[in-house]
Amino acid sequence: MEFERPDFSLAAAEIFVAVMALVVMVTGTFLRRISRELGYALAQITVIGAAFITVFSVNEPTVRYTFGTMYVSDWLGQVLKLFIYLSVFASLLYGRLYLIERRLEKAEYYVLMLLSMLGAMILVSANNLLVLYLGLEMMTLALYALVAFDRDNGLRSEAAIKYFVLGAISSGLLLYGMSMIYGATGSLDLGTVAQAVYLGAGDEMVLKFGVAFLVAGIAFKFGVVPFHMWVPDVYHGAATPVTLLIASAPKLAGVALALRLLVGGFFGLAETWQPMLMLLAVASIVLGNLAAIVQNNIKRMLAYSGISHMGFVLLGLLAGVTDGSHQLAFNAYSSALFYAVSYALMSLASFGMVLLLARTGFEAEHIDDFKGLNRRSPWFAAMMLFVMFSMAGIPFFLGFFAKFAVLEAVVAAGHTWLAVLAVIMSVIGAYYYLRVVKVMYFDEPTDRTVLIASSETRVLLSANALTLAVAGLMPQGLMSICAYAILTSF
Amino acid sequence: MAGIPLLSLAIWIPILGGLLVLAVGGNDRNAPLARVTSLFAAALGFAVTLPLWFEFDASTSALQFVEIRDWIPRYAVHYHLGVDGISMPFVLLNSFVTLIVVVAGWEVIQERVAQYMAAFLIMSGIINGIFSAMDAVLFYVFFEASLIPLYLIIGIWGGPNRVYAAIKFFLYTLAGSLLMLVALLYLFYASNGSFEILDWHRLPLGMGAQQLLFLAFLVAFAVKVPMWPVHTWLPDAHVEAPTGGSVVLAAIALKLGAYGFLRFSLPIAPDASMGFQGLIVGLSLIAVVYIGFVALVQEDMKKLVAYSSIAHMGFVTLGFFVFNRLGMEGAIVQMISHGFVSGAMFLCIGVLYDRMHSRRIADYGGVVNVMPKFAAFFLLFAMANSGLPATSGFVGEFMVALAAVKTNFWIGFFAATTLILGAAYSLWMYKRVVFGPVANDRVAALDDIGAREFWMLAVLAFFVLLLGVYPAPLLDVMHASVDELLRHVAAGKLH
Repeated sequence: MEFERPDFSLAAAEIFVAVMALVVMVTGTFLRRISRELGYALAQITVIGAAFITVFSVNEPTVRYTFGTMYVSDWLGQVLKLFIYLSVFASLLYGRLYLIERRLEKAEYYVLMLLSMLGAMILVSANNLLVLYLGLEMMTLALYALVAFDRDNGLRSEAAIKYFVLGAISSGLLLYGMSMIYGATGSLDLGTVAQAVYLGAGDEMVLKFGVAFLVAGIAFKFGVVPFHMWVPDVYHGAATPVTLLIASAPKLAGVALALRLLVGGFFGLAETWQPMLMLLAVASIVLGNLAAIVQNNIKRMLAYSGISHMGFVLLGLLAGVTDGSHQLAFNAYSSALFYAVSYALMSLASFGMVLLLARTGFEAEHIDDFKGLNRRSPWFAAMMLFVMFSMAGIPFFLGFFAKFAVLEAVVAAGHTWLAVLAVIMSVIGAYYYLRVVKVMYFDEPTDRTVLIASSETRVLLSANALTLAVAGLMPQGLMSICAYAILTSF
Repeated sequence: MAGIPLLSLAIWIPILGGLLVLAVGGNDRNAPLARVTSLFAAALGFAVTLPLWFEFDASTSALQFVEIRDWIPRYAVHYHLGVDGISMPFVLLNSFVTLIVVVAGWEVIQERVAQYMAAFLIMSGIINGIFSAMDAVLFYVFFEASLIPLYLIIGIWGGPNRVYAAIKFFLYTLAGSLLMLVALLYLFYASNGSFEILDWHRLPLGMGAQQLLFLAFLVAFAVKVPMWPVHTWLPDAHVEAPTGGSVVLAAIALKLGAYGFLRFSLPIAPDASMGFQGLIVGLSLIAVVYIGFVALVQEDMKKLVAYSSIAHMGFVTLGFFVFNRLGMEGAIVQMISHGFVSGAMFLCIGVLYDRMHSRRIADYGGVVNVMPKFAAFFLLFAMANSGLPATSGFVGEFMVALAAVKTNFWIGFFAATTLILGAAYSLWMYKRVVFGPVANDRVAALDDIGAREFWMLAVLAFFVLLLGVYPAPLLDVMHASVDELLRHVAAGKLH
């Protein structure tokens, strides 16, 4: 048997991040005195470096495989990776002051951040069930540790245990599903699996059960109803910079997981998994929006709102196949990707605002902590207003076009009732976003502390929120990138 | 004037002006500068709409001042602007009212001046966008975006119960418009990928589809108009809003729903519109008669005018759904006239409120003794509100009542009760507030209106009288477009 040398250049970004994570760990151990500043600097250099590598490898539009066919380099992977870098970058930058104030700024923190990013990168580029699983576990294990990082804090430890136990169950489900698929098709390679499914090879019953387990595993990672129990507790319990990361990067990786498995691997069984997604989507949109109304803690509110947003992503995914029309399928999947990317941008900005308001001994977790922000800082009140209206799906903000694209796909697929349900729940959802705007603008401040933030944070956070408005005025660019990623990758 | 994108200017000058006001007057120390900048922006915004009137070709129903550019090619969405005889007067009315509102808030608003002025300017640009958008997505984007400034205006500068009113206003109107979004997406799908409103006018649709579309549009527009029974947000919003907010709500925002009927419901679902005629006429008559009685018993002046607005808007929807030229043109004239009259009524109440900080009718009495100039203006507007001949209020009401009688005597009969009810609630309120002996010491201490208030009301009075005695120019502008619309509705889509 001939051993073919893999093309390492396609995985250059992953290799770079892996090496750098180790470098941060080693320097953190041996250069204790400067390890904190160094760790931060090295982590940011890693993220930026990885972004450069990914951007420069993008000019090859076709799909290329390496390590046999285990690893794929395509537009979908690259687009998602760039947004994952952005999430990690923002989490590091927005969270820096928060960590310093709480004495959490240790080299290990950055190592874990980089490892979870590496896991997400492997996940989005995997073309093999085992590699997929490997990436997923790497990402989530690092995240469990990050949630528990502030180990003297009971809330954090509790959240970490919940996250770990439920995450482990979901990984188990996913692995169980994968084993069934391997049993039915005799392969772990997604291309071969897709072929087998298409040709109707393998025991159909086993395959369908396998798909059901995969969907359950994906739903856990998305945090959609009824697999959502961990979401509010983990969002609430984790330190805010970690919440910010959990709310963005794993969701993007989850979209890759869903697209690669369900669309890439099981397109032939779409009629089996679409109704499952429909159930999950409806339950998430309804429950997420209703439960968010009664939250007083903004992190919990954003957690429930995240559940409903992920429901919208599922709406896009399930609207794919109706009568074998490729145009419809392509529209639907690009709308789901577009929604996920838009949500990640909004989510970064929203938790960025929570971090901006937090200071030593004060978490700014309650919605009431935003009271009278318009008096304290009109600029950042306006930025938060952008984020909230964007999340509520009001034009001219990006969130509106995200909803628009998904609803268009849903209506085109003939599920008009689903679109009607989704918009009715959006009106209910608008209430809790409006409430935040209300406390910022209509109430008098109870706390007149001047906001403390580094100028980088101010600039990036403003840019982040303004992007929502600018991309809302001109959504074509981001839409085309997502559409192109879907078009070339499947 | 060819080549100058007048409509774009009408939209973007106020919006950019609003942002500029925020930039220069972010701090209340710079309030004078913020005021001057916003006056300048509003005046410029109004000035660029004037050529729309003078250069308008009234002989055609085709769109004029058209601008079309790609916006979101992925969904074939265009930045497509244009006005016809129906929408053009509203662009002018809106830009004019914005100017008035800026003047009205000049001294009254002392807190967060720049934000206040900027909200109105941005709102004005957005509303010009609604009236001139000919692409459904562009329309929808403007339609929903208009909620944000008004939400902030009511919530920040409103009365004691402002938070409740602001949220109620927002959620009510959002609920309506999101259903419309589904209808728009359905039409996009049915027309094989077009968001052009004019394409949809020509799109053949079955009766079932038309009925569903009509109902989806009805929810959106009925909430905005507002029609009975989804009108309950309006009195709350009006009462709690600052004077400027009430003026914009009454003069402009209520017209958006009615305009939506003309642009979407009637031409896209003509057969369903015919089919639902009974429903709309019934709801309109309830608004006219029942809400007229409700207005009669109000103790709060703003609430009274708010209910009278609902009754007047009932007249407008009635005029649309009798399907003849007289009724439709009467309804449009009524919309324009109501813009001036109700705006002026709220300004008058604002004048009193600024001095007394009370809107309760019972707190007033004998105002004429201390504010004669004001009393004269107030009388004129109260008369116009009740539809006295020679004021603009009469023209529209008379045309619609006449058209209604032509259709069915009893519809006309009930519609005509507005002339009695309107006179009753407007003049009775006027009597209690203005006439009689001076009610208390606070009324005795009132100052008459100053120069700023005088000219503001005088300009409105001029238009109310002009439109009342010589409405022909306005009617001439709309003949061609209204005829075309009626012909289109009569032809239907079911063959």
